[in-house]
Amino acid sequence: MVFQVIWFILWGVLWSVYFMLDGFVLGEGLLHYVLGKTDGERRVLINTIGPVWDGNEVWLLTAGGATFAAFPTTYALMFSYLYTALLLLLFALIIRGVSYEFRGKVENEGWKKGWDAAIFVGNFVPALLFGVAFGNIFAGLPMDAAGYHGSLLALLNPYGLLTGVLFVLLFAVHGSLYAAVKTRGDLSARAAGVAAKLWPVLLVVAVAFLAYTKFATHLYDNYLSSPVLLIIPVLAVAALLGIRLFAARGELLGAFAASCLTILLVVATGVAGLFPNLIPSSLDPAYSLTIFNSSSSAYTLKIMTVVAFIFVPIVIAYKIWVYRVFRAPVTVEEVLGDRQAY
Amino acid sequence: MDVLALSRLQFAVTCMFHFIFVPLTLGLSILTAFMETRYVMTDDETYLKMAKFWGKLFLINFALGVVTGITMEFQFGMNWAEYSKYVGDIFGAPLAIEATMAFFMESVFIGLWIFGWNKVSKKVHALSIWLAAIATNLSALWILLANGWMQHPTGYVLRNGRAEMTDFLAVATNPYGLLKFGHQLMSGYTVGAFFVMGVSAWHLLRKNRPDFFKRSFRIGAVFGLVSVILSAVLGDLHAVEVAKTQPTKFAAMESIWDTKKGVGLNLLLIPDPVKECNTVEQLCIPNAVSMLAFHTPDAEIKGLKEFPRELRPPVLPTFLSFRAMVGLGTFFILAALLGIFFSLRGTLETNRLFLWGMVLTIPLPYIANQLGWVVAEVGRQPWLVYGIMKTSDGVSKSLELGQVVFSLIGFTLLYGALGVIDIYLLAKYARKGPDDDLSAIIKPVRQEA
Repeated sequence: MVFQVIWFILWGVLWSVYFMLDGFVLGEGLLHYVLGKTDGERRVLINTIGPVWDGNEVWLLTAGGATFAAFPTTYALMFSYLYTALLLLLFALIIRGVSYEFRGKVENEGWKKGWDAAIFVGNFVPALLFGVAFGNIFAGLPMDAAGYHGSLLALLNPYGLLTGVLFVLLFAVHGSLYAAVKTRGDLSARAAGVAAKLWPVLLVVAVAFLAYTKFATHLYDNYLSSPVLLIIPVLAVAALLGIRLFAARGELLGAFAASCLTILLVVATGVAGLFPNLIPSSLDPAYSLTIFNSSSSAYTLKIMTVVAFIFVPIVIAYKIWVYRVFRAPVTVEEVLGDRQAY
Repeated sequence: MDVLALSRLQFAVTCMFHFIFVPLTLGLSILTAFMETRYVMTDDETYLKMAKFWGKLFLINFALGVVTGITMEFQFGMNWAEYSKYVGDIFGAPLAIEATMAFFMESVFIGLWIFGWNKVSKKVHALSIWLAAIATNLSALWILLANGWMQHPTGYVLRNGRAEMTDFLAVATNPYGLLKFGHQLMSGYTVGAFFVMGVSAWHLLRKNRPDFFKRSFRIGAVFGLVSVILSAVLGDLHAVEVAKTQPTKFAAMESIWDTKKGVGLNLLLIPDPVKECNTVEQLCIPNAVSMLAFHTPDAEIKGLKEFPRELRPPVLPTFLSFRAMVGLGTFFILAALLGIFFSLRGTLETNRLFLWGMVLTIPLPYIANQLGWVVAEVGRQPWLVYGIMKTSDGVSKSLELGQVVFSLIGFTLLYGALGVIDIYLLAKYARKGPDDDLSAIIKPVRQEA
């Protein structure tokens, strides 16, 4: 019981951290054409995420692995029910991963243009699909004793799509702020400008999402029964406003930090509303996958808790150290002079 | 073809494709780390150029290993949901541990290695490739413990309609998984070693940078000989474990139909699975199979006829793959020995025939690795988890034929294209040879900004 709750929290933390970290990679990538106007600028952009993107993506593998280990039934049904959507996500992530490594390996205009397109698609598609997937999970999947009654098209319902757009905008603002912090000159200014332009749109979509959530999901039930939880969405909105406040004063790092918090708290808002469900059934609550009916045995959860409490802090420590090593902004001169860069 | 058959085919295709890149990653990461360490210790810039040159090839290969690895984690749930539900209590743990313990370390320190040439000190930089290399090895450990559990389940009980873990240590120290890990690791190192020898031989044939490539070749030859011998020794110990725990697989590997004591090894053997016998049995080494299986000459070996037909694996692919793998392994020992011999005598460059042979040998250790997995996985059939769950019971119930047709076609096209691009890039950079311009790397370490 205790361990199931611990793993529910860890599950939420893993997804939140994944979206916070890969969010700026996805956001920068889906704005690849908007932010990078020349080949030099695009190389700079790729090099801002070069040392860290793979390590960020591992949070997804860990979230997936943790779902498998802690809630195997949820892992099995989520992945098989959302088969085609996950397949498209997988293809996009595969294309994205190789495009960073391969783009700079051949000096040819067409080659680079091809991989530029791959970077755009490989980041835009996952950003959208993650949103659509989580929107549908928040709303519940049509499943009962007979199995799953949904389809790829059914996932593209208005609420799913709205969540998709919300994710795309969250990541776009996040990514452009990251680019603004990690570059200099024109590129940095352009990125900050894009973030400033997108922010009001994000605000509108976020408000629409919060309102629609009332009708499309049961996420607010938990907040009504335990109002103390409301601190999470309130802080999420505060962080969202914080982005604007910092950005308006030209404090880009502060704006980026606020955007990190926004993503963490938005995901936390959704996950706290789900509890104790992992995937609700939209047909009959009796068939919802909860942390109680889909979890591993207490023994396995205990083992996994020990593993997580030993290794996750170590991971966080060396990740912070590496981020510090690469904290300086990337410049065009540096990228052009460095044969080791992407 | 139904959902089950297509899912099996898709798993085989994606797994085997992923496994084109894994063994080279295992071997080349260690070799690159060794070369860079030599540079740090001796200040000899040739070693630095070696680390850069072989490291670049390592990275081109690594990129595809990473992205095709994500597929593997997703696929257990996507196509094998019934399996995931039934064994997730045990099987999920090593996968999650692999991600936390190995994937983070690997990805973070490879990032530091690629981009950190003038951001950290020489020693820290060399340390980062060691950490990445150790992480790839750790990752192999956990995934092979997971696979080892499917081959020889330990530390579990069947309860609540599924397999539940009762003893984590029994899962983490499963001798089947550990021996398989050792055998696989050494086989991966063998791929790396023969890759280095083959590419070096290609350049030596063109008299291109003889000093650089002679030294590379020698490192590859020594590393290769040690690895392939250890691979054979661990493989032999592993076979003992197979004979003990998976009699059907062992009988199929050796194509033994009738239970007998003191079974000999026929060098020439043609099985006939329909008539349940071998049509040709020639050049017999007496008692050799019994020796292999139990390290005693009179040991009894269970024949396939001992088991009902529906519980036997397909004999031909298991038998042929095992034979071919062992044959290739023997050939690698000879090739590495010859390589060391010519290297020491200083006659490597003049033995053009040998050098050509080494170029053509590059793909063979890859093939041997794949064959080993055919033995392991085809030989396990019809079981998904040996003795507990059949493959046919593990497939997802919710899948429709169209979905799997679509995904299989998608994987084939995408992987095909990526494979071609990767081989093109590997060949391009392998042929280009080492870069002499070290100005981007050797400059004062930047002080704290």
